[in-house]
Amino acid sequence: MTLRDILNKLLGRHPASASKARERLQLVLAHDRTDLSPDLLEQMREEILNVVAKYVEIDLEGGAVSLETEDRMTALVANLPIKRTLSGEIQIKEQTKKETVSSSIEEATE
Amino acid sequence: MTLNTRVILICSGKGGVGKTTLTANLGISLASKGSPTAVLDADFGLRNLDLLLGLENRIVYTAQEVLEENCRLDQALVKHKQEPNLSLLPAGNPRMLDWLKPEDMVKIVDMLSKQFEYVLIDCPAGVEDGFRNAVAASKEAIIVTNPEVSAVRDADRVIGLLNTHGIKPVQLVLNRVRPKMMESQEMLSIEDVTDILALPLLGLVLEDEQVIVSTNRGEPLTLIGSSHSPAARCYSNIAGRLKGEDIPLIDPSKEGSGLRDKFRRLMQTKIF
Repeated sequence: MTLRDILNKLLGRHPASASKARERLQLVLAHDRTDLSPDLLEQMREEILNVVAKYVEIDLEGGAVSLETEDRMTALVANLPIKRTLSGEIQIKEQTKKETVSSSIEEATE
Repeated sequence: MTLNTRVILICSGKGGVGKTTLTANLGISLASKGSPTAVLDADFGLRNLDLLLGLENRIVYTAQEVLEENCRLDQALVKHKQEPNLSLLPAGNPRMLDWLKPEDMVKIVDMLSKQFEYVLIDCPAGVEDGFRNAVAASKEAIIVTNPEVSAVRDADRVIGLLNTHGIKPVQLVLNRVRPKMMESQEMLSIEDVTDILALPLLGLVLEDEQVIVSTNRGEPLTLIGSSHSPAARCYSNIAGRLKGEDIPLIDPSKEGSGLRDKFRRLMQTKIF
């Protein structure tokens, strides 16, 4: 945060547009690089949830699957809150414990 | 004599970001530093490199006639009068697009490589046939982009394609940098662009009205060697770095020295 950002906040002005540009670019590039349409991503999300649901009980509402990009590497990040394991032996505290399953997909190649 | 010719593709994806201007200025600059240089206009549909170099009236033959063996290469090459180390191989005409194949581009570039130390290929905008032809003949590449979302997005797409074609190295030139807008954070910063595209920065070019003036005249800025032109300085630095000279990057935030500039810098100070 810079002096300018603080001043903008105090005066209730819009933040400078460069950060907005950066955010929008990162999002659009994550999709460009994998060539995944939102429909396909949604389909993949459902399938992943179904597979994980075979082993553990997960919070289907709270689950999120997204694409994140860093250094031209795009990672598929799934954040799936586990309610409890289906074996019933181990009780994991609801909502608090979160398991992150992430896997890297090499940048989409032509 | 065998030359270790460097065949450099200058591309951007998006049109109008400054590929042709960079090609013309780098060509002149490399030539004036003593390297025999050829610039090849791979934009057969919409050629412009001849115009920026002021050579539009001296074109007799094109790469097309060379490929059809209707003339020799040295007949088609247009030597620059003030900078005889630089030659332009003009594009063919739009009809050429129909039959030009990647192999043809490779053939032309192979011929040029026998005579020149640097072959700069001015790539057409887009990622279609013209781009693929130009890539086929290239060994390394310079990506030109502006600090704008559309230009950066298209550059990213092109970088992906260059990677799959095994072009190496791919370096970045950030064009039309406006230090004041960057400082007020109304323009993507240099780090933003290099982080997002993950490419080494070969150089940046400051926004400069002189570029338009020089295009009007058909005399690239580096030809006049105007020391008062910020862009000319940037182009010359880039040429130097290509030749392996160790030239530090221009720091755009130090471009102004007045009280206002100092205040602007204070406002940029990171507090946390």
